[in-house]
Amino acid sequence: MNMPVIRTKLRRIALSAAAVALAIGGVAGIAYAQRDPAYDAARKSGQIGEKMDGYLGTVGSASPDIDRMVKDLNIKRRAVYAEKAQAASATLEEYAFTSGCLAIARTAPGEKYQAPDGSWQTRTSAPPIRDPRCP
Amino acid sequence: MRACLGLAAVVWSALALGGCVSVSAPDKPIVIELNINIKQEVIYRLAADAGNTIDENAEIF
Repeated sequence: MNMPVIRTKLRRIALSAAAVALAIGGVAGIAYAQRDPAYDAARKSGQIGEKMDGYLGTVGSASPDIDRMVKDLNIKRRAVYAEKAQAASATLEEYAFTSGCLAIARTAPGEKYQAPDGSWQTRTSAPPIRDPRCP
Repeated sequence: MRACLGLAAVVWSALALGGCVSVSAPDKPIVIELNINIKQEVIYRLAADAGNTIDENAEIF
C-alpha cells in the first residue's frame, strides 16, 4: 500500500470518528439529568423554595426527609458554584447570588421563592419580586 | 452655682441618651454590608455562565 492511500483511509477513519463523537455529544447535550420526583413534588407543593442566595430553603416546618433533601442539594449546588466561580474569577457568594437571581426567575407558578425582604412568596404568572441587581 | 448644676444635669442626660443610642445601633449595618458587597456589574458578567450551569445541572436546580 502506498502512502496516499493510507492517508486517505486514515482521514476517513478520523472523519467517521468525529461524526460518532458529534452524535454522542448531541445526545448527551439533550439528555440533562432531571429533578428527582420527590424534590420536584416538594417544590410544587411549596415545601421547598428558592432563596436569594442561590440555595434552597424549607418553607415553614419541614419533615426530616425534606430537610435532608434540601441540605444534600445545597451541598451539591455549593460544589458546582465553587468550581464555576473559580473558573469565572468570581467569589462563591457572587456566583451563588447570580444563580439565585436566575433560579428565582425560572420558578414555575405555584412554587415558593424568597423576596428581597426575606419573606417567602408564591410565584404567580407575573415576574417574581427580585433584588434590583438581578439581571 | 445653681446654673452650673443645671448645665451638668443637661450634659449628663445628653451623655446618657447618647450612650443608649450607640449601644442599640451596631447589629444591622453589618448584615446589610455583606449583601451590598455583590455588585450588579459582577452579576451581569456572570449571568450567562450561571444560566448554563443551571441547565447543565438541572437535577439540583
